[in-house]
Amino acid sequence: MSNNRPNNRPEDFAADGSSVEGAAPAKQSGSLFTAAGRGLSTGRSLGWLSLLLLFSALACLPFADIQVYPSDPWQELGRIGWGFITPWWDDPLSLFYALGQTVAFALLAVLFAVPLGLLLALKWQWRIIRWLAAAVRSVHEIFWGLLFMQLYGLSATTGLLAILIPYTGVFAKVFAEIFARQSRLPQATLSPGSDLISRYAYTLIPQAFAEMSHYVRYRFECALRSSAILGFIGLPTLGFHLETAFKQGDYSNAAALLWLFFLLIATIRFWLKPLLIPLYAIIAVLLLPQLPDTPDGLFWRFISQDIWPYSLQQGDLTSAMMWYSKVFTQEAWPALLDTLMLSQLALVLTGVIALLVYPLGSRALVNRGRLPGRLLLLVMRSTPEMIFAFVLLLVFGPSGLPAVLALAIHNGGLIGFLLAGHSEKQPQRIDDPTGFNRYLYQQTPRLYPGFLAFLFYRWEVILRESAIMGILGIATLGFFIDSAFEEIRYDKAFFLILVTAVLNILVDAVSRRLRRYSGAENAGGLG
Amino acid sequence: MSLFKKLFSTLLFAGAALSAQAETFVFTAIPDEDESRLQQRFNKVADYLSEQLDVDVKYIPVKSYAAAITAFRNNQVQLAWFGGLSGVQARRLVPGSEAIAQGYEDQFFKSYFIANSSTGLTAAENLTDALKGKTFTFGSKGSTSGRLMPEFYLREAFKAAPEDVFERVGFSGDHSRTIAQVQSGAYQVGAVNYTVWENELAAGNIDPAKVSVIWETPTYTDYQWTIRGDVNSRFGEGFKDKVRQALLNMKDKDLLASFPRESFVPATNADYQAIEDTAKAIGLID
Repeated sequence: MSNNRPNNRPEDFAADGSSVEGAAPAKQSGSLFTAAGRGLSTGRSLGWLSLLLLFSALACLPFADIQVYPSDPWQELGRIGWGFITPWWDDPLSLFYALGQTVAFALLAVLFAVPLGLLLALKWQWRIIRWLAAAVRSVHEIFWGLLFMQLYGLSATTGLLAILIPYTGVFAKVFAEIFARQSRLPQATLSPGSDLISRYAYTLIPQAFAEMSHYVRYRFECALRSSAILGFIGLPTLGFHLETAFKQGDYSNAAALLWLFFLLIATIRFWLKPLLIPLYAIIAVLLLPQLPDTPDGLFWRFISQDIWPYSLQQGDLTSAMMWYSKVFTQEAWPALLDTLMLSQLALVLTGVIALLVYPLGSRALVNRGRLPGRLLLLVMRSTPEMIFAFVLLLVFGPSGLPAVLALAIHNGGLIGFLLAGHSEKQPQRIDDPTGFNRYLYQQTPRLYPGFLAFLFYRWEVILRESAIMGILGIATLGFFIDSAFEEIRYDKAFFLILVTAVLNILVDAVSRRLRRYSGAENAGGLG
Repeated sequence: MSLFKKLFSTLLFAGAALSAQAETFVFTAIPDEDESRLQQRFNKVADYLSEQLDVDVKYIPVKSYAAAITAFRNNQVQLAWFGGLSGVQARRLVPGSEAIAQGYEDQFFKSYFIANSSTGLTAAENLTDALKGKTFTFGSKGSTSGRLMPEFYLREAFKAAPEDVFERVGFSGDHSRTIAQVQSGAYQVGAVNYTVWENELAAGNIDPAKVSVIWETPTYTDYQWTIRGDVNSRFGEGFKDKVRQALLNMKDKDLLASFPRESFVPATNADYQAIEDTAKAIGLID
């Protein structure tokens, strides 16, 4: 890349985009050869990084809240199991309506979030943009939903924004990272005076298009999950009925919803055709729920009053500071430690589970026998964590343990699924090892850098998701945020959300650095 | 980009069409138990009110106590069936709103403390030290009978916050789930609304060999219908009184049994002063 003229804009971008924090050698993202993810990653640095992760989790173990309580769950588990294999729903129409809503919210939110994310990605070298993206990503969809509910009530707008906003942050980050991996060579063919838009429109976007559309497709699956989960706070998606069914112990109903959701996810590639998307979008708009309107002026009331403590509104700075420091020392700080410890454990366990389950779903490793594995991965990644947590709570009693396991199963299934996909794309030779040896000595080592990159991507996701485990009575940040919403204390909720956002920005920065140092940078753009 | 523009304008259009609809009187209720039963119950109430008031009446279900309060505050609903605490919270946020009717039973409501049989705890006159160190679940965080009053009496008996009395304190989300979790042993002890307990017991969902009542709280005022102050200007003079009368005149045994309440009796904001004081005492409201 040093053959470019010194003042060439693309060169600037390469330097800015990849090493703003000075953590990585600038040439890394410029080279054609790093695009495949090899080159920098040595076994040693990967090994150190893995050990570091493992030790961090072990160090958390003595302090983490993972006690097991004896209980007698078998009757209930039996009913859940029986329900799972006897799915039943009385009123198919309402079921399909909820299904339609789920797709509608997900589709429209992604359609809006992609261009917005792309816009942010164009200026990724600006730290403020990266912080903004990290901040909006850090808040769980459910909490975005609860925030917007104060403004737009229980409405389509609330549901759309709750998905759209965090997804914009995610798209911005991932698109920027995909762009950073592209070769800079094609840009040399552009006129030196080309502006930013032309550079992207004529070189980077076409270069990255396949990877980007692959990622959008994957994210759409995530959006379906988010959309379903928003039902937990009252939007008319699948989660609405799922929560009800689980709450009431109607496990056959719950199973009908889950099976339908699995089917929806498993068949995405058959029904999500690019040409049909405009049609789907129109149907989606028509499908959006018609809910009673909220009056105007709520937004102003919310940002000028609701989210600030009373003392601050009165201009009493001293007692406002006291209020903030009290919330921080009594709730935010201990919760922050708990959240970090639980997510650290969940992260490492996620990695272990992912490595164990991915071969089951890869044709390269189990040949035609991959169907059960695929099904397992589907169930693991598509079942909302809350459901796992609920079942595990019955087994282990209330502690951080069900939360850690629920997060690890869900995310392990997700990473396992992504790894399985990549495993099948690995070139193979006739004299490659087979069976267990291929798993141990060929596939896993080849996938390992990508695996670590996935894991780092999921770090912030796990951090975010640990937030909604308040039902278990574990005092994560999310527990206090949820309590604040329940107690109609938006000032406290807002402050705790800010703390969460800052934590996420830090975790994001650390994981960026770790990925660079280890060379586990490139994972084909999936995360 | 034109697709997005189009979409966006369609969205706006849909929003405009929505607000142009005829005035519908909308109400909600806190989701304190089995939701399919709530749906049935309140759809019947909507039919009844629609008949009595001569306007379209609609019930919208919500997923949390806070969502019910928010909908009331934002005028998405004009009437709500609140618990004691949620009613107090809602009326603080909406000046001019009024408690207009309560269930006959709500004048002397109570909570049950229930325990899994493996704890060896049995019914007693007081909250005893044997409770210390157990795992404990409230219902919803914003519940009167599942949170506020039980916490108040716990604090009174042990002179300590629940987190310091019990080894672990959870929030099951609602009363039915509290019963299920104590019955399965996931939590050892819990606090529930007594009507939900009696209902579930009668429905055969409770195994007395596994879970039983160990203490009941003194009585307090609970659920009530609360209406916004501005309904008269929106639905016509005297509308509030018509709603009150319609609720008090509800005689249909089926309808009342679904609450379950014997009848509805008049209520005022002042009836809930004690609840507000309690909530302040334990720091749930400022």
